Amino acid sequence: MGALLQLEDVDARYGPIQALHGVSLSVAEGEIAAVLGANGAGKTTTLRAVSGTVRRSGTLTFDGRPLRGGAEATARRGIAHVPEGRGTFAELTVSENLRLGAYTRRGGLKDDTARVQQYFPWIEERKSQQAGTLSGGEQQMLALARAFMQRPRMLLLDEPSLGLAPLLVTEIFRIIRELNEHEGLTVLVVEQNAHIALQLASTAYVLEVGRVALSGPSNELQQHESVRRSYLGY
Amino acid sequence: MTRGLAVRMLIVAVVAVAVSLLPFGLSGYHQGLAARVAIYFIAIMGLNILVGYTGQISIGHGAFMAIGGYTTAIMSYYHHTNLLLTLPLSFAVSFVCGLAIGIPALRLSGVYLALVTFALAVSIPQLPLKWSKWTGGSNGLRTHTTPSNTWVYGVAWGCAALLFVGAWLLLRGRIGRAFRSIRDSEVAAASSGVSLPVYKTFAFGVSAAYAGVAGSLFVLITNGFAQPNEFGVTLSLQILIGAAVAGLGSLWGTIAGAVFIGLLPQISSSFPVLGSNHGQDVVFGLIVILVMLALPNGIAGLLWTIDSRFKSAIKSPPRAS
Amino acid sequence: MRLVARKTRVSTGASVPVLIGIAAVCVFLVIGSLRSDIFAQQTVAGLSQGAVFASLALALVLIYRATEVINFAQGEMAMLTTYIAYQLTIWGVTYWVAFPLTLLISFALGIFIYGVFIRPVQHRSVIALVIITVGLFILIDGLVTWKWGADLKFMQAPFGNQVYHAGGVAFARQDIGVLAVTIVSVVLLWGLFQFTKLGLAMRAAALRPAAAALVGVRVDWMLAVGWGLAAVLGAVAGLMTEPTQFLQPTMMQAVLLYSFAAAVLGGLESPAGSVVGGLALGVFLNLVGQYVGWATSELRLPIAFVVLLIVLLLKPNGLFGRKQVRRV
Repeated sequence: MGALLQLEDVDARYGPIQALHGVSLSVAEGEIAAVLGANGAGKTTTLRAVSGTVRRSGTLTFDGRPLRGGAEATARRGIAHVPEGRGTFAELTVSENLRLGAYTRRGGLKDDTARVQQYFPWIEERKSQQAGTLSGGEQQMLALARAFMQRPRMLLLDEPSLGLAPLLVTEIFRIIRELNEHEGLTVLVVEQNAHIALQLASTAYVLEVGRVALSGPSNELQQHESVRRSYLGY
Repeated sequence: MTRGLAVRMLIVAVVAVAVSLLPFGLSGYHQGLAARVAIYFIAIMGLNILVGYTGQISIGHGAFMAIGGYTTAIMSYYHHTNLLLTLPLSFAVSFVCGLAIGIPALRLSGVYLALVTFALAVSIPQLPLKWSKWTGGSNGLRTHTTPSNTWVYGVAWGCAALLFVGAWLLLRGRIGRAFRSIRDSEVAAASSGVSLPVYKTFAFGVSAAYAGVAGSLFVLITNGFAQPNEFGVTLSLQILIGAAVAGLGSLWGTIAGAVFIGLLPQISSSFPVLGSNHGQDVVFGLIVILVMLALPNGIAGLLWTIDSRFKSAIKSPPRAS
Repeated sequence: MRLVARKTRVSTGASVPVLIGIAAVCVFLVIGSLRSDIFAQQTVAGLSQGAVFASLALALVLIYRATEVINFAQGEMAMLTTYIAYQLTIWGVTYWVAFPLTLLISFALGIFIYGVFIRPVQHRSVIALVIITVGLFILIDGLVTWKWGADLKFMQAPFGNQVYHAGGVAFARQDIGVLAVTIVSVVLLWGLFQFTKLGLAMRAAALRPAAAALVGVRVDWMLAVGWGLAAVLGAVAGLMTEPTQFLQPTMMQAVLLYSFAAAVLGGLESPAGSVVGGLALGVFLNLVGQYVGWATSELRLPIAFVVLLIVLLLKPNGLFGRKQVRRV
């Protein structure tokens, strides 16, 4: 399995401030990779660099071809980015959010709506509810469902556990694992909750101040002294 | 004295000398034109105080100019008041009207305020038509004596200088700081003890007062005639354009805005081919658009950019919204 | 999956007191019309005028929702497209063929204006955008006067001059036609937004451009289409104004002002509000002009302003506006 996504020596900046310095990472097809780090380390920026929503330089390759353009182009390449704040259209209904998820697809959505049912059975009866009135956990799941409707090759998830109770976090990560195993979705997840991220992902990168400080298979990182101390708390 | 302040005072001195010598080299017509620049200068200053410094959007300054202008005309026509005396009177009347508008304006914000003031600008000029018995209707009212262009030139620039200094002193001090704090964040200002109703209404009053004086001078430069259609939408929009070209939140760009709006009609009509008859509007509109495309933050924005090339301090640019 | 208590719909802005008020007004109008012929005539005429305001107001709201700018040039754009229709009829095209043709041309014009004049400064400065629309106002006005002259021109009346009589009341075919055309365009637009993929994408682009881009919506194109549709609405408003105002460069200026009032009345974010606002304003102005002695035609604008002010003092975000909750 070759690398689906490859970043080589990528810089990113917000105006005069440089947020990423020479970040390199690669995600193999079908795997789940995690990006960890403290607040401000550049995790969100890494995802933004992939989806082209921040000024970036360096080499980014997706499926063998260079990744160019902004958010719209990235979506069309088959990358679904669930950003900070989930990117939910709060003023629109649940079903409208799902329809938007499928915006880049042509043809029948019936098949997809059935599959969404499978993973998120509660969605059907809440179809006409305004997305903004859903609870935090429901919104997160809606975001995943929306991303799934896109039928992407790759999922970029920005802190899916943010603001959710532990039970819900487990639920969400279970769904992500299922999507990865049954639908073959490659996942790059950014997380502050290192513990659960390392359980889910096979490879992980630890960012510090915009640079990759550590990387490797997650079981190795879980044993790593500094990771344990800084991010796992023991 | 900082170097920046010294440079600015030098510029002021140069301009003051130039302005006082100018009438000797210009024809009456051109003096009138130069007087109009002063008038726009005053009006734009007023608008800038409101929009640029307290962030309250008003597109209705033509209305206050009308109030000021008609005050002068009425006082002169019915009471034969000395023309110079009508100016402070006009200032006072417009100030009160500004306060009166400022109070309901507290309830509105952003776009809504802008459109209500626009509606004001459109409606007020209609009122003289209704009460034509006293105001001369669409023919307007004429002042008792008609001053010469040179006289108006002198008075206009004198007022402009006076009001400029006044604005500068006002904005420098505590009041100016209060204004700016309101613009940047009303919530923060209020929590720091700045009384929003007082300062916002006061700003409206001052701004209207400036426009009122400009309106009086405007009547004087147009042969003493106060007519409803002179104070229509076009005027309000011209002031707004001038303020935008000047750039908001900066007093120094204001003169550039006034020159722009004062001279553009001339430039437009002398444009080859299109300049005839109604083509001048095409040129006028086009130039305004091109200037805004090139300088979205106005001259003040340009000045700030040039300024910041020489300094690397982190300063916030003049707000353009 | 344990569910949290279901919340009701987040307010669309149409609060119960407002809806009750509108219902009450409708009842009042019906009763008045049944009792007095003149009342009925003025109401219908007012609705017809109001329909024009509603069209233009809807255009203004469309653009405001998409690009957060007040398009001062909306009326002049409408006027320009009406002149274009006129030119087509001069060249021998029949009115009801020129009509759809003009709409197509307006659509293109709207997109052109967005692309050339608005898009470059869209993210830089709101004031600059407003001024650019003002500049367009002046530019278009000059262009039309230069090319066609300022004298009055006439087009063949689209609905004829027939007058219908029902129960002793005279209704102009003109008024009914204008109402019908406006209702059809508003309904078509509503259908577009509610039921089509494009409409959904446009709504998404207007509400949350960043999120919309992430799902693959070409946000800039959606905004351009918004401007195009707004221009089409303006063209409809212009063509429906021509029979009463005739063709002159200033024909849409007063309409624009009333449309501003209507749009603000309804709440700038609400398409439904602008339609209701427009109709209400039209009827109100007509009835007041008829029954209130001192309210002569010069006072129409100031009266509209006073109404606007009163409504805004009570509901600062317009009748259908949402209260903006600001996070500190």
